[in-house]
Amino acid sequence: MLTALLVMTGIALLLGAGLGFASIKFKVEGDPLVDKIDAILPQTQCGQCGFPGCRPYANAIAGGEAEINQCPPGGEEGIRKLADLLGREFKPLSEEHGVEKPKSVAVIDEATCIGCTLCIQACPVDAIVGAAKQMHTIIAADCTGCELCLAPCPVDCITMEPIVETVDTWKWRYPVFQIKQAA
Amino acid sequence: MINSPYIRKPASVQSVMLQVLLALVPGIAAYVWFFGAGILVQLAIASVAALAGEAAMLAIRGKPKALFLTDLSAIVTAWLIALTFPPIAPWWLTVTGTLLAVVIVKQLYGGLGQNPFNPAMAAFCLMIVAYPALMSQWPAAGQLDFKTQIELIFGGARHVDAITGATPLDALRTALRSAASPDSELHGLRAAQLMDGPAFGLLGGKGGEWVAFGYLLGGLWLIQRRIITWHIPAAFCGALFATAGLLWSLRPEGFASPLFHLASGGAMLGAFFILTDPVSGATTARGKLLFAAGAAVLTYVIRAFGAYPDGIAFATLLMNILVPIIDMKTQAPVFGHKKD
Amino acid sequence: MLRKLFKFHGGVKPPTNKAHSTTAPIASVPLPDRLVIPLHQSVGGHPRPLVQPGDQVFKGQRIGGADGNLSSAVHASTSGIVRDVLPAVMPHTSGLTTLSVVIEPDGEDRWGELDRINVRAATPDELRDYLRDAGVVGLGGAVFPSHLKLKPGKEGKLDTLVINGAECEPFITCDDMLMRERATDMLKGISAMRHMLQARDVLIGIEDNKPEALAAVRAAIAAAGEPGIEALAIPTRYPAGGAKQLIRVLTGIEVPHGRRSTDFGVQCFNVGTAYSIHDALEHGRPLISRVVTVAGNVDAPRNYDVLIGTPMDHVVRLAGARPDTDRYIMGGPMMGVRMPAFDVPVVKATNCILVGSPVLFPPPPPEMPCIRCGECAKACPADLAPFEMYWFSRARNFGKTQEYHLFDCIECGCCSFVCPSHIPLVDYFRFSKSEIWAREREKEAADTARERFEFKNLRQEREKQEKAEKLAAKAAATREKVAGDTATAPPGAAAAVTKPGGDDAKRALIEAAMEKARLQKAQVAPKNLDVTSPDVQAEMAAIDARRHAAREASSDPHPPAGQA
Repeated sequence: MLTALLVMTGIALLLGAGLGFASIKFKVEGDPLVDKIDAILPQTQCGQCGFPGCRPYANAIAGGEAEINQCPPGGEEGIRKLADLLGREFKPLSEEHGVEKPKSVAVIDEATCIGCTLCIQACPVDAIVGAAKQMHTIIAADCTGCELCLAPCPVDCITMEPIVETVDTWKWRYPVFQIKQAA
Repeated sequence: MINSPYIRKPASVQSVMLQVLLALVPGIAAYVWFFGAGILVQLAIASVAALAGEAAMLAIRGKPKALFLTDLSAIVTAWLIALTFPPIAPWWLTVTGTLLAVVIVKQLYGGLGQNPFNPAMAAFCLMIVAYPALMSQWPAAGQLDFKTQIELIFGGARHVDAITGATPLDALRTALRSAASPDSELHGLRAAQLMDGPAFGLLGGKGGEWVAFGYLLGGLWLIQRRIITWHIPAAFCGALFATAGLLWSLRPEGFASPLFHLASGGAMLGAFFILTDPVSGATTARGKLLFAAGAAVLTYVIRAFGAYPDGIAFATLLMNILVPIIDMKTQAPVFGHKKD
Repeated sequence: MLRKLFKFHGGVKPPTNKAHSTTAPIASVPLPDRLVIPLHQSVGGHPRPLVQPGDQVFKGQRIGGADGNLSSAVHASTSGIVRDVLPAVMPHTSGLTTLSVVIEPDGEDRWGELDRINVRAATPDELRDYLRDAGVVGLGGAVFPSHLKLKPGKEGKLDTLVINGAECEPFITCDDMLMRERATDMLKGISAMRHMLQARDVLIGIEDNKPEALAAVRAAIAAAGEPGIEALAIPTRYPAGGAKQLIRVLTGIEVPHGRRSTDFGVQCFNVGTAYSIHDALEHGRPLISRVVTVAGNVDAPRNYDVLIGTPMDHVVRLAGARPDTDRYIMGGPMMGVRMPAFDVPVVKATNCILVGSPVLFPPPPPEMPCIRCGECAKACPADLAPFEMYWFSRARNFGKTQEYHLFDCIECGCCSFVCPSHIPLVDYFRFSKSEIWAREREKEAADTARERFEFKNLRQEREKQEKAEKLAAKAAATREKVAGDTATAPPGAAAAVTKPGGDDAKRALIEAAMEKARLQKAQVAPKNLDVTSPDVQAEMAAIDARRHAAREASSDPHPPAGQA
C-alpha cells in the first residue's frame, strides 16, 4: 500500500516537474490577444462598435468589456473568426450597432463641395485631400468606407458608392456541391 | 454552371467497384471448388444485408439512394466480409457483421469516402472479439457438403462443436507450440513435418492456397487495369516474406516458412483487396509502401505470437489509425521542388 | 541527331479531335460591321484610350497606349470610324465589362503610317519598347507581354530558347496550321528572339500527332541554314504544351512556381508569338490579327485569320454552327473559358472558338464523394495531391491548401478529367486561389488603413501638444505683460467670454457657407448676367453643361479605366 502511494506520488511529481519545465522551456511568445483581435477587425475605423476605432474595440473585447458582434463592416465572417479565436459562442450581428453593407467608398460631389474641411477632420485614415475653401476629393484606394465623413458635411455632398467588381477583383464562386438530392 | 474541363474520362466509382468485384471472382471460384457452394450463400446474405443497411442509413441521412446504392461500394464490403468470415458462420453472424460495417463503420462516419477504418476489417475484429468460437470454426476442404453447410448457416450454432476445425494458420501455430514443449509427442518436429497432414497442401492450407492463388490472379488483373498500384501488394508481400523469412531462418523448428505465410489465411486477400481500399489506406507512393509493410509486420506478429487465427484484420485497423500521419509525412515533392 | 527527351509526371490522353480543322488552309474573314476592341488584352495592362468617338482610325493605328511596363499597346484592326469608347462585355467567364473601343470599318482596310524599326541597329531596350508598342503578347493563351520575356537572365545570355508548337489541347489546330503555312516567317521571328535573348540553342517542340507541321518547320530550318535550331517531335500527351511541362520535356529542367525560367537559362515562346514578332519587326505591323480555330459543334471546322475585335459569332457563322449550339468556349475543352455571350470579340488570347452543345459536352454525371483513389494525383503534371487540396478547399481551409502547394496548380484540368467521382476539382482550386487573393487584398487594405489611422492619431496628438505649448507660451507672455501692467480683470472670466464667442463666429461662418451652397444647389442660374456679353454667356453655359456631365459621370457605376 505504502509502496503504491509512494510510486503514484513519485510519478505525479515527476510528471508535474516535466510539465512545469516544458511550460517554461517551450513558452510560446505569441502575439498578445489584442493584436490577434485587431488583425481580424476590418480596420474601417468607423466607430460603429461604440469605440473610437478598431484597436480600442479590440482592447475592449480582450478586456471582456464588449461583445464580439458589434462590428458591422467585419460582418458575419468577422464574428465567426472572433468566436473561433476567443472560443466564444457565435452571435448574430447586434442590430443596434448597424447592419452589414456591401463594401463602399465615399465620393464627394465636387461641384457642391464648399471646401469646409470638416470631412477631412472626420476621416480616420486621412483619405480626403483638400484645403479650406478649396474643393476636396477622396483617395478611393485609401477610403475604408467608414461613413464618418457623411455626417459632418454641411452640404451633404458626400455619397457612398458600392465598390464594383472588376475583372481584377472577380472571384470564382464556390463550386455547387450536391449534398442532397430529391431521392 | 459548368467550367472547364468540359470533357471527362468515362470513369466512375461504380466501374471501379465493379472491377474490384470481378477481380474477386477467380478466388471465389477456387473457394467454391474446394470448400463447397456455401460461400455463395454467404456472399448473397452479406450483399442483401449491406444493401439494406445502406438503404436505411441513406434514407435517414437524406442522401440520394439511387446514386449511392448503385455505386457497388457496399457490395465490395459485403463480399470481403463473407470471404473473411468462416463459410459456415450462422447467417445472423454474417448479417450482424455486415450491418456493423455498413451502418456504424461506414455510414455513421459520413458514408462513401469518409470512413477512417476499413469497414469489413472493423466488422471482422468486432465479431471475432464478440464471438471468438463461431469466428474460428473452419471446415477443411471437402469436409462438408452443401446441404450440411446450408444447415449450419441457417440452423444455428448447435452443430458447430461437432465439426471443430481451425484454420491451417491456427493449426500450425498450435502444433508448433506443443512441439516446443518437451512433454508433447510432437516434440522436436519442424514446421515442415507438422504440415504433413490432411489439412495442409503444397504451401499453405489444403485448398486455401488455391483460393489465395485466385486472389493473386485477380489482384494482378487490378494492377494491370490500373485500379490499384503495385505499391501496397508488393510492400505487403515483401515485408511479410522478409519478416517470416528472418524468424524462420533463425529458428526453422519454431516458425512457419515465409511461403506458408504468404499462401495462408487472408494474406493475398489483404494484400490486393483489403489494404488497397483507397478510402482508409495511405495514398502517397511512399505512404503506401510504409502502410503495407507496417501491416505485414503486424500481421506476422499477431499470427506468430497472438491468439487470433489471422492478423490481417487487426493489422489493417492499426495501420488505418496511422494513415493521416503517414500521408502527411510522405507527400512527394511537387514540380520544380524535387532534388534530382 | 537524337536528343534525349524527358518525361513529366502525370498527364492524360483525351481524344484529340484535330483532324477535321486541318483539312483546309487558313481562311480570311470578311470585315464585320463592327469591331469591339477591348483595351485590356494582356496580363496586367489596362491601356488608356488614345482615341475618341468620331475619330478616323487607320489599320494598325495605336488606340490604347501601354500603361506602365507590365502592359502592352492595342491597335485598330482595320480602318474606320471610332463609334464609341465604352465598357463592353469582355470574353471572360465573369461576363464583366471592360473599356473597349468600338470601330465601324469603312471597308477600305487602309494601313496607317507604320512605325518601322531597324532591327540590326536598334538596342535590345529599343526593340523591347517597340514590341510593347506593337502590342505583341504571348499567343499561347496566357497573353503575357512578350517584351518582358525577351530579357535574358542575369548572365545576359540564355542556354535554350524553347518554342512551343506542342498544342496539346484537343480541337485546337491554330499553331499546327500556322507552322504548316508560315514556318519560314515564324523561323525569322525565332531568329530575332534568339538574337535578343542571346540564346545558344533553339528547340522547337511539336507533338508527334502533327507530322505535317514538323516536316514544314524542319524544311524551313534546312532552308534557312541557321545552326543550333532544332525541331523535335515530342510524345502526344496533355498538357505537354504547358510552358513548364514543355521545358521539362525538352531540357529536363523543372521551373518551380514563382521563379523565372531565365534563372534556369531557358525561355519559352509560342509559335504564334514568334510569327507576330517577325511581322512587327520586319513589316512594322502591330498585332491586329491572329489565327483562330473554329471547331466543335460546327459543320466545317477550320482555321481563320481573324482581326482582333471581330465578334465571335461572325467567325463561327462561316464555319456553320449547328442549331443545338448552346455556348462558345474560348480555348480548348480542357482549359477553355465559357463565353458570357455569342458576340463577344475575338481577342489576342483567343486561340480557339470551341462551339459547344449539350451533346458534344454533356453536363458531368452527379458528383460523388471523393474515395481517395489517387487518380488525380497520378494525372497531375505538377506532382500535386489534388484530393488533399480538394478537402481543404471544400472546407475553406486556405492555409492548408497552400501547404499542399495550391499555387503550383496550373489548372490544366487533368484531375477533373480523370476523377471517377466526377468532382470539379479545378473549380475548387480556382475558388481557393481567388479567395486567397481577395483575402490578401483585404489584408493589405486593412494594414494600410491601420497604419494611416495610427499615423493620424499620432499627428493629432502632436498637434495638440504643439498647440498647448504655444498657448502656454502665449499665456506666459500675456501673464508677464499683465503682471507688468496693473492687473484688474480676472483672466479666467475673459477667456470664458471670448472662447464660446469664437466658436459662435465659426458656426455662423459655416452656416453662411451652407446657405450659399444651398442657394447654389437650388438655383444654378448665374447672377450678374446683365453685364456679360452673349459670347461669355455661351461659354458659361458650355462650362455648366460640362460640369453637369462630369457630375453624372462620377455617379456612373462603371468609371472609365483612365479615371479609376
